[in-house]
Amino acid sequence: MTTLLEMKNVSKKYGNGTVALSDVSFSVNEGEFVSVIGPSGAGKSTLLRCINQMIQATDGEIIFDDVNVMGFKGRALRQMRTKMGMIFQNYNLVERLSVIENVLHGRLGYKSMLAGSLGLFTDDEKRQAYRLLEKLGLKEQIYRRCDQLSGGQKQRVGIARALIQNPKLMLCDEPIASLDPSSSKTIMDHLKDISDSLKITVLINLHQVDVAMNYADRIIGVSKGSIVFNGVPSELTNDNIKAIYGSDAEKLMINVEDQGRMKAAEK
Amino acid sequence: MKASPKLTNDVFAATDRLPPIKLKKLTKSNIVIRTTMIVLAVLTVYGFVTFNNQKLNFWQNLFATFANFRTIFFQPHFNHFTFSQAFEGVLITLALGLLTTIVGAVVAFFLSLLAAENLTNKTISNSVKTLVAIIRAVPTVLWVLIFAIAAGLGSVAAVIGMSFHSISYLTKAYSESFEELDEGVIEALKATGAGWWQIVFQSIVPNSLTSLISWTFMRFEVNFGVAVAMGAAAGAGGIGYEMFMSGVFYFDIREMGTITYFILAIAIILEIISIQIKARIRA
Amino acid sequence: MSQTFFFKKRVRSLVIFCVVALICFASSVMTQFDLSQGIAAIPKAIVWGFSSFYPTADSFVYLSEIWVKMQETLLVSIAAAATAAIFAFVFAVFGSRITKVNGFIAMLSRAFANLSRNIDVSVWSIVLLLTFGQTPITGFFALFIASFGFLTRAFMETIDESGTDPVEALKATGAGYVPTIFQAVVPSSISQIMSWILFMIETNIRAATLVGILTGSGIGYIFDLYYKRMDYHTASLVVIVIVISILLIEQISNYIRRAML
Repeated sequence: MTTLLEMKNVSKKYGNGTVALSDVSFSVNEGEFVSVIGPSGAGKSTLLRCINQMIQATDGEIIFDDVNVMGFKGRALRQMRTKMGMIFQNYNLVERLSVIENVLHGRLGYKSMLAGSLGLFTDDEKRQAYRLLEKLGLKEQIYRRCDQLSGGQKQRVGIARALIQNPKLMLCDEPIASLDPSSSKTIMDHLKDISDSLKITVLINLHQVDVAMNYADRIIGVSKGSIVFNGVPSELTNDNIKAIYGSDAEKLMINVEDQGRMKAAEK
Repeated sequence: MKASPKLTNDVFAATDRLPPIKLKKLTKSNIVIRTTMIVLAVLTVYGFVTFNNQKLNFWQNLFATFANFRTIFFQPHFNHFTFSQAFEGVLITLALGLLTTIVGAVVAFFLSLLAAENLTNKTISNSVKTLVAIIRAVPTVLWVLIFAIAAGLGSVAAVIGMSFHSISYLTKAYSESFEELDEGVIEALKATGAGWWQIVFQSIVPNSLTSLISWTFMRFEVNFGVAVAMGAAAGAGGIGYEMFMSGVFYFDIREMGTITYFILAIAIILEIISIQIKARIRA
Repeated sequence: MSQTFFFKKRVRSLVIFCVVALICFASSVMTQFDLSQGIAAIPKAIVWGFSSFYPTADSFVYLSEIWVKMQETLLVSIAAAATAAIFAFVFAVFGSRITKVNGFIAMLSRAFANLSRNIDVSVWSIVLLLTFGQTPITGFFALFIASFGFLTRAFMETIDESGTDPVEALKATGAGYVPTIFQAVVPSSISQIMSWILFMIETNIRAATLVGILTGSGIGYIFDLYYKRMDYHTASLVVIVIVISILLIEQISNYIRRAML
């Protein structure tokens, strides 16, 4: 197994003194499905955004594909970002544009300023977008405006936009937090499929511990900007959950040990 | 639930088997936006071609204009009048704006009661709204000049003439605030046997008072600018008139600079107050 | 208890009313405005309007001349709004909190827009009159500056309202700044922007009348001409042409706004 991403002692401090991440280190292997869990405000989002430098980390090293990408700027930064697809809790689509136009936005990182601004895409790119949408079950919707789609459909457009980048890593920031259970399952299945069939590494923020346990190869628990757990789901104990969620642990009403045992029995 | 097809690596493979895919499906909205843009662009270019019919040297004049701007903003001085006279001019302009706003607000209040659909009926509401739209179609300066024939040039014609647009603007704004009021509140009061005026003053006015005040102040902000313009163009007096005299009569652009700073200062103060009122009402 | 509550409320209302009344009184004294004269002027104006402010057969002779000037004013108003919109969009992009490049440029572009908005169009017209003289170009630039200031603020608010989400997503794909603006910001806000441009054209036509009177160009000039000649019949025809033009433009704008949704 080769390592795709390695975070070494990454910290993020804001100007007003708040520490969003302190000394975070972990690594992710190629093709792995890793879930980051933790209470809201623990720094999950910041962690994800530090990887593609939507937020600039203050300290540490980010080794992606054997290159330290920390502090990349301009063209190098944009090139690096094309290798990382990202999907969001609020889907972040341009609502007034059609589904296929939104998907093709994933190619902008490969375009010159002029071609990108004018939205000049090649036939191959358009066909690829169509193929992706077909696979994600949105064939009928390609000319629909995104504001007419359901949440689950919007998230699938988001996935297609990320996939057309031909990424090595998918960063998923709470992709199912605004979805109903059935759409959530569809999205999670697609993401699992991306990791299994396309061998794309998936790093996903989740606040549902049970979903993380069901899908992830590995779970990283974050609390107050630090990593407090890093291991396979079956290793997760109730004490770990307490360490991650603090006093809120009881409210989650999950006995991870039971769930872990059940899952192990299934296998 | 139907299982979705598995993703395979062929999503990235050559996809020649598919026909070319059109990106844009022309929706009505897209067509209208494009057509509007093209029409505006064509009219603008056509306009530019026809504007310069006097064959004046465009660039030379443009540079002269920039030089004038520089003089105005960096070398203001007093010449034909003193600070206190300029200050008095500003006060007169503010007073004109204020009187216009008050007259406009009072008339607009009664008109908006008729224009609000939930207080009257559709016919009355629509006819008041049409009347107000026609009033707005006549530029303010024409209202002032038309009234000046009957009342003579001066503050009376200025205030009455300027009030027309305030009436029109505030009637629209007030009636929309009234229409936001919950139908149930009016019904509840009707059920108690309250009369029309009682409903107006016990529920409509208290409920929309804050937005009425906000709209009125915003109009006052606009009216200050209108009063400056009417001073310059329609003999309403105040700082606008002094600006007109310095600029067109004495050609003293440095003095115009002083006046510009006075106008700018008041406009910015009014805007800051207006933003604060809006913020407080939203909170 | 409740009696004092109502009493206090009443006293407060009374105080506010008195203050407003006092300010109004002071304003009337300062401007020599007499409300009774004002009220008396209305019936006088109506009587005068019906007796002499209407177009006669003779005034229609001037219709083609008036229409030429109206056309000029319409073109000036449209050109000023359209060109100002281009500049305003650039400044709004730099000034909006979503798309700003850095704080300093954002502040600078806001300050520039504030300056051109808060100085009345009449001031700009007189300054421009000194260099460009009695030509449509004077009117164009005056309206251009005013439109620029207004539209920059309007566009800035529109971009702010369109939200950070799509911009964030496009940045994350590795798209550059300019493509992000054209692919995310423009599509999200284009219909609102068009709506503001149409509003600006309507406003400009009204303002053009004033600018024309001040600078001797367009429809304002021709109104002023007949007005000063006391040819009120023809002057009334000018007013009618203006009103019809404005109402027509408003109808077209409303149609476009509905169709753009």
